[in-house]
Amino acid sequence: MGASDQAAPLAQALERPYRHGFTTDVESDSLPPGLDEGTIRAISLRKREPEFLLKWRLAAYERWLTMPTPEWAHVHMQPVDLQALCYYSAPKSLKDGPKSLADVDPKLLETYEKLGVPLHERARLAGVAVDAVFDSVSVGTTFREQLHKVGVIFCSFSHAVEHYPELIERYMGSVVPVADNYYAALNSAVFSDGSFVYIPKGVRCPMELSSYFRINAKGTGQFERTLIIAEEGSHVSYLEGCTAPQRDENQLHAAVVELVAHDDAYIKYSTVQNWYPGDENGLGGIYNFVTKRGLCAGKRAHISWTQIETGSAITWKYPSVVLRGDDSRGEFHSIAVSNHFQQADTGTKMIHLGKNTSSRIVSKGISAGNAQNSYRGLVRISPGAANARNHTQCDSLLIGPKCGAHTFPYIDTARSDAVVEHEATTTRISQDRLFYCQQRGIHPEDATALIVGGFCQSVLEELPMEFALEAKALLAVSLEGSVG
Amino acid sequence: MITSTTPLLQLDALRVAIGEKTILQSISLDVAPGELVVLMGANGSGKSTLGLALAGHPAYHTTQGTARFGGADLLAMEPQDRARAGLFLSFQAPPEIPGVKNNLFIRTAMNAVRAARGEEPQDAYDFLGSAKAAATTLGLPENMLSRPVNDGFSGGERKRNELLQLSLLRPRLAVLDEIDSGMDVDGVRAVVELVQRLRSEGTAFIVVSHYLQLIESLQPDTVLRLADGQIAERGDIALAQRIARTGFVQAPELTEA
Repeated sequence: MGASDQAAPLAQALERPYRHGFTTDVESDSLPPGLDEGTIRAISLRKREPEFLLKWRLAAYERWLTMPTPEWAHVHMQPVDLQALCYYSAPKSLKDGPKSLADVDPKLLETYEKLGVPLHERARLAGVAVDAVFDSVSVGTTFREQLHKVGVIFCSFSHAVEHYPELIERYMGSVVPVADNYYAALNSAVFSDGSFVYIPKGVRCPMELSSYFRINAKGTGQFERTLIIAEEGSHVSYLEGCTAPQRDENQLHAAVVELVAHDDAYIKYSTVQNWYPGDENGLGGIYNFVTKRGLCAGKRAHISWTQIETGSAITWKYPSVVLRGDDSRGEFHSIAVSNHFQQADTGTKMIHLGKNTSSRIVSKGISAGNAQNSYRGLVRISPGAANARNHTQCDSLLIGPKCGAHTFPYIDTARSDAVVEHEATTTRISQDRLFYCQQRGIHPEDATALIVGGFCQSVLEELPMEFALEAKALLAVSLEGSVG
Repeated sequence: MITSTTPLLQLDALRVAIGEKTILQSISLDVAPGELVVLMGANGSGKSTLGLALAGHPAYHTTQGTARFGGADLLAMEPQDRARAGLFLSFQAPPEIPGVKNNLFIRTAMNAVRAARGEEPQDAYDFLGSAKAAATTLGLPENMLSRPVNDGFSGGERKRNELLQLSLLRPRLAVLDEIDSGMDVDGVRAVVELVQRLRSEGTAFIVVSHYLQLIESLQPDTVLRLADGQIAERGDIALAQRIARTGFVQAPELTEA
């Protein structure tokens, strides 16, 4: 099969427009571009933050100034001019914070409706509470009162800072220290909003919790923080979704997510990331540099990450689990799709500290067009982690002749009783396989969806049911026609 | 066994090339509904090329001549549209499709063909019923439906899986490329039974085979010997018997052995 025969349908896929690329025309209250101590003080002031938080931000900023820009990922990028970015942008109507969803600018509600996340009472997703974050601020959180009745706190980060400062002070930075890495330090200095979840002892959260992040304003970065605390024996499933308008410039998204699971607690964290990926020539798109880490602080704690990464020009993230409690469990289930000129360098870290800890990693990388997709994972078995077990499975699917898949598994074990297994496969959607499907009457695009669906099935099954179908559709859209 | 005199497939001076290399020089052939044509010929004579070209494999370019299928211009159709119009090719080496369950694959194919005929799609439950029945008839274990397409299948299992699809898709014309290779005696018997059943319902066949016992059991209407990209001889079962006895080398115009 010549390359030219494969190029035509592949080109069709690259033409496919990004569906969430619209802009909402709202007046913004933005800080002028640039980053210095004054910027941080201005953010903190606008958010009426307590003194401890301002100090914390400034300390992070001091550390960040000493850190070099990281360059180790398998990605090519233009350097980000951090002085050209705006670090705080909020729709003017939200300047004083939304009192309730009824006060929210209808234009914003419309935006979320267009994105398939209706916030108003009538059309809310059944059984799913949503916190919607627009640029730097939370637009509103649904079902807050209902959740409050069972003791679950689900609100914007700013709201939590105001009402539960002791929880914030105790847990913020406890899993991802301020100086953990360059982008985490930057986030710690300038973060604006995000979501906060607290599940009290013994409570099973009665509904799915979900945050929806939207970057709208031009020239802004989004730096949100999410903090989830699950007390002893509690149980929560949380999902985040992300989109952004279509712009020629690269926009930076540098979030920090921290999870803390105490004894016997279970946190399931799912991400469907569909930031604007840039156009077919690689122009524009979001730089998605995110630090996500969970701490199994207690015995038998269990943290499971599931991510469907289809968007962004560059995705650079490694949702990790620190297995400190004895008998704790960490899981990472990932589908990373890169098409056009997208680059994904993603994976996980499983840090085994406690006894009898176990982790499981399932990574499915799909590359099409000129895209590069890397799995990078670390499994570390510490000297005290007796009887630790890990199983890693890394599968790559290549669509077309010009894309690439790379696997960087690091295993670092200090114990001879550790059982660490790694399996890897690479599959190509070859012309022969496609032709076979076509010969049975199946359109090449349907055949691609069929093959991709089969390839991803085991990860899709990990998603909350309400989102599995949406994720499957998103995968089909991201890759439609990209046959080779 | 010819049930109609109007040709289903009409090939006129068809020339087929892979890249710069011409494989089929000039093939003219009519096949009527219910007719069974056996294609014989030495390795490299172009037998598989004919099936792949008819099915529209993108590497095979028809550089001359015409092909009509059910009155329509076959060469103008996309491969999937040829299949939906009722053309089926049983592959000599069916590829595996990891991760895609066989029953989902076949149901997707069947519903694509049904949609083209204006029929309602079949739901998973009804499909599974008919697929299990067809599998049992062909001597296939039921679990073959829940395994990924051809993944880890033996050569014989792959061929039986082609038969399963043939029996469920019920095409108007089926090209069987060495369906018997890799199959055991029971498999070959299943081929004969299925072909004769579909043929009695009007399906036409082009069967590529070297195996005289199979050819005799199929009771072909026509036997063709392909040599050098052309139809070198046209005959009936007697031609197949002669080739089986004396080999292709005995044929006067043969240029490759």
